[in-house]
Amino acid sequence: MSATTSVAPPAGPPPLPRVGRIRQMADFYATVSRTAVQEQFQYRTANTMFMIGMVVEPVVYLVVWSVVAEASGGSVGGYTPGGFAAYYIVWMLVRNMNIVFTPYGWEFRIREGQLSGMLLRPIHPLHYDLAYFAGWKVIAVLLWVPIAVVLALLFPPELTVNLAQATTFLVAIWGAYVIRTLLLFVLGMVTLWTTRVAALFQLYFTAELLLSGRLVPLDLMPDWVLRWVDLLPFRSTFGFPIEALVSDLSGAQLLRGLVAQVVWITFGWILAMVVWKRAIRRYSAVGN
Amino acid sequence: MAAHPDTTAPPPGSPHGLARPDRVRRRDVVRTLFGVSALNELQYRVNFFLQLFESLVALATAVAVVALVFLYTPTLGGWAPWELMVVVGVHTALGGVIRAVIQPSMQLLMEDIQEGKLDFALTKPIDAQLLVSLRRITVWPLVDVVVGLGVVVVAALQSDVSVPLAGALIFPVALALGAVMIYCLWLIITTGAFWVIRMEHVAELFNGLYQAGRWPTGLFPGWLRTIFTVLVPLAFAVTLPSEILTGRAGLLALGGAALFAVGLVAFTRWFWRLGIRNYAGASA
Repeated sequence: MSATTSVAPPAGPPPLPRVGRIRQMADFYATVSRTAVQEQFQYRTANTMFMIGMVVEPVVYLVVWSVVAEASGGSVGGYTPGGFAAYYIVWMLVRNMNIVFTPYGWEFRIREGQLSGMLLRPIHPLHYDLAYFAGWKVIAVLLWVPIAVVLALLFPPELTVNLAQATTFLVAIWGAYVIRTLLLFVLGMVTLWTTRVAALFQLYFTAELLLSGRLVPLDLMPDWVLRWVDLLPFRSTFGFPIEALVSDLSGAQLLRGLVAQVVWITFGWILAMVVWKRAIRRYSAVGN
Repeated sequence: MAAHPDTTAPPPGSPHGLARPDRVRRRDVVRTLFGVSALNELQYRVNFFLQLFESLVALATAVAVVALVFLYTPTLGGWAPWELMVVVGVHTALGGVIRAVIQPSMQLLMEDIQEGKLDFALTKPIDAQLLVSLRRITVWPLVDVVVGLGVVVVAALQSDVSVPLAGALIFPVALALGAVMIYCLWLIITTGAFWVIRMEHVAELFNGLYQAGRWPTGLFPGWLRTIFTVLVPLAFAVTLPSEILTGRAGLLALGGAALFAVGLVAFTRWFWRLGIRNYAGASA
């Protein structure tokens, strides 16, 4: 936090000028994400285990679909084994970008009274989660690089990238991160109405698994599934960033994907604010 | 653990009828642990329906994945669709055993090591490995066992799966061996907490690895197949029972699995003892 907040007069700080507020926010984000880096860096073993557990999922998909591709004459849905290798290696990075505060965590925050503390701060809890998990990404990406190198040696990827694709990818992974943070924030808010959330969460995560491009490149899905995909935000959070890098998307398609992300961020932000306002009225503090 | 009869023996003829603690019978302890856990959970009966719902969603997802694969190929590494459903069923059933019996106790063990509360388990007059392995049991995931075995039966009855009689008879043995091996792996990893202390992602690690078992290990390239046979015995635990039921493997393979299981149990025992020797405690 910047020093300005700690010297606030008892009557409450005067409203800061616009520039000051942006500076303050940037300070906040920088500090929280730096804390996250330092905190997570302590737990290298835990983080490594997490990554090993995570590397299995794409490797299994990659192996299965490579077998399918070879069985059907070298490629399936336009993907060769090398194409799948590129898809699932990039997949891992995007999966890491996908890690946000879990909706299951809200039960803990409420039960342990953490939310009370968060409400006392002058900054919306959403900003805290956005900043913290953004910082964690530094560790996740650092751990991803060696894994990606090893995977690329074991499963040679076919990948040609131009500048537009690379730029879109770098923007889109952060767009995906923000969308998923917002959506899971909204999902987590359901905890303030009922504690029996496991079934709902599972439905959400199942839909996400099937319709985001996490399980399989969405090009392989039947047409009737793709119609649902277009109506839902999941592709923007997972499939699109990967495709931006590994598929031969045209400039227009890249742009359309980014616009879709902006639409979902706007929608998610409004939804998060509306739901938060109503949810927080239902909160009665527990714990200390 | 060696008992301390001088200090912890209850008076003779005490209400629980245990004259000397070193005579505590394992069978009674196991029965009591299961009973208490079951009673604890049976209070929350809505959870049964939630678990059933969860199991069915997971099964539907697995079916969708299999269906998607077979949209593009008639067989996968020599496995026909219904044969692959046998694998899915075995994977689901064994997953239920893990989440009901193995994982909860192992996570409790991990927490206790981290917080130094394991003293309470180690000082009890019964074999500590037995106790820490059965202290917490959640009954509802057993729904997955029923669902999984149901899938196995339905898939095996399909016309394009040929089930040899011998295979059907030794299938339960293979499955039981698989559960033992998975238990050993969990305990070995958890015992690592005696050195590493903080192991909170171990469940993610294990469940991530276990997901690979949904596919026959024969699909994987050689190095990965070796890992999934020796380090993480998914080949023995999930693929082998499915192979036995679909006539791909027989008694010889089962014998190999049994030998491996014996070796693994012995190693696990040794490693666990090495671990507790390293335990310093924090509460005392």
